Amino acid sequence: MAKRKIMTSIFTYVIAIIALICFIFPFYLLIINSFKSNGEILVSPFSLPTSWDFSQFADVIEKMNFAVTFKNTFLITTISTILIVFFSAMSAYHLVRKPSKYNKIFFTILVASMVIPFQSLMIPLMHIYGAKLQVIDVIPIPLLIAFYIGFGSALSIFMFHGFIKSIPLEIEEAARIDGCSTLQTFFLIVLPMLKPITVTIAILNVLWIWNDYLLPSLVLNNENVYTMPVQMKVFNGTYMNNWELLIPAILMTIVPILIMYMIGQKQIIKGVMQGSIK
Amino acid sequence: MKRGSKLADWGNSLLFLGPTTLFFAMTVIIPFLYGIYLTLFKMDNPTDPMVFSGIYNYLNAMDDKDFWESLWLTLKFVFATVFFVNMVGFGLAYLVTSGMKIQNSLRTAYFTPNLIGGLLLGYIWQFIFVQSLPAIGGKMGIRWLELGWLGDPDMAFWALVIVTIWQTSGYMMIIFIAGLISIPKDLIEASTIDGAGPLRRLFNVTLPLMVPSFVVTVFLSLKNAFMVYDLNFALTKGGPFDSTKMVSMHVVNKAFVESNYGTGQAEAIILFVIVAVVTGFQVYSSKKMEVEA
Repeated sequence: MAKRKIMTSIFTYVIAIIALICFIFPFYLLIINSFKSNGEILVSPFSLPTSWDFSQFADVIEKMNFAVTFKNTFLITTISTILIVFFSAMSAYHLVRKPSKYNKIFFTILVASMVIPFQSLMIPLMHIYGAKLQVIDVIPIPLLIAFYIGFGSALSIFMFHGFIKSIPLEIEEAARIDGCSTLQTFFLIVLPMLKPITVTIAILNVLWIWNDYLLPSLVLNNENVYTMPVQMKVFNGTYMNNWELLIPAILMTIVPILIMYMIGQKQIIKGVMQGSIK
Repeated sequence: MKRGSKLADWGNSLLFLGPTTLFFAMTVIIPFLYGIYLTLFKMDNPTDPMVFSGIYNYLNAMDDKDFWESLWLTLKFVFATVFFVNMVGFGLAYLVTSGMKIQNSLRTAYFTPNLIGGLLLGYIWQFIFVQSLPAIGGKMGIRWLELGWLGDPDMAFWALVIVTIWQTSGYMMIIFIAGLISIPKDLIEASTIDGAGPLRRLFNVTLPLMVPSFVVTVFLSLKNAFMVYDLNFALTKGGPFDSTKMVSMHVVNKAFVESNYGTGQAEAIILFVIVAVVTGFQVYSSKKMEVEA
């Protein structure tokens, strides 16, 4: 019996390590090939570089307009996430505590809207804001942020809604008796209690917006407002098959999010776990 | 007094719901309704005046062979990825809840691909399929590796499936872990005492209790697969010869490359109906399978 247990445990480890190699190997390839020349990449993509050459990175930073692109992505992601979280928390609170007929209908519409694929909204969006109102090229970044708030609200409200339902009403009633207005009650009493779910919702929104490609590729038509995925697409078009530039560019685009993951991995995994429980 | 408090109620509603309603209306509600309206008009260019044409765009969509081909291909992709992503995701979750010392590090590692968007993953895997695998194949004389995967229609399709499994099974794993650790320990113990072996325990105790997790993971993987675009665009660009062009890419091209907003939108509405029916049916039918612990 004990022998069998050891065998099972060895077997489990072997499977786990094989899976680990499958999941990590592409990242390994990316890192080692970032320091190689085209010739070396073609001949030996799997071996460590003969010399660690950093010169491609400087080249990529300049050619990708990296500073500006990074700043755009960072601003769009943080502003959108903060506003989504803030507005959704307020709305969810109101919808839970004031369950009138209209509010229930509104909540149902929000939840139902989550099955609408982005593909069935993008053409009317472009027609309204591009062809008709012609604001896309005037205020691309604010418009993109507004779109993110619109698209992100449903899921975030849904998650806040579930969380707020479990908060006992007594605390708020006590605050009310002490003379707090609805606004004060929300900001001073309720909002601090929402911290755990807020972290989760913020993480999910950051991952989505940072990596999103299709929507920004439609809205951002000027190199000065590109986000990293859009810039990467353009870069890939310009330097097709020029791997000594493409690979460091890919690596530099994903490094910010990998750093974020290293810092907050526990929170991120916990967040995804909580986000999945209805 | 009464009037005043009613006014205050309205003020509060406006304050708490106003911003969300505004943004939600301008990005989802209005474009959705306007999108249906748009399908009733014919335009050769987005800036052209709109000419009322009834169901012309829908008839056009019905006749669009490319559209139905891309939809059929998407369905195959949906079947393949939903099956494998859930299977691999569950397997990984089972693995990292079995009590290994390194299981937390493993979870972190398996989840990593989810942090990166489909576009970047597409470029990373393009390097693997175009440069790296043929290099191994060439050295070791393995012919099926030596051929570029992305140059062959069937292989390119499976390349998309493989990358999708690699990308999303870690996310599903996390959801399954949440389900697995909430299964009461005494239930597993009781079945062990009753003489159930590991396989019987898995199929007769664990899996039935995991149905709520599967409702979520199948829903997510269905929706992801129907809407796949970034990966499709970055890895194969729909090629070779449009053989891997999924329905999203078809609609994007119809609208923004051919500038045919009317027909493109009619096809997008058809896609919406299919996604809504399939996901609705999935959630409804699997909710009925749930059992109490």
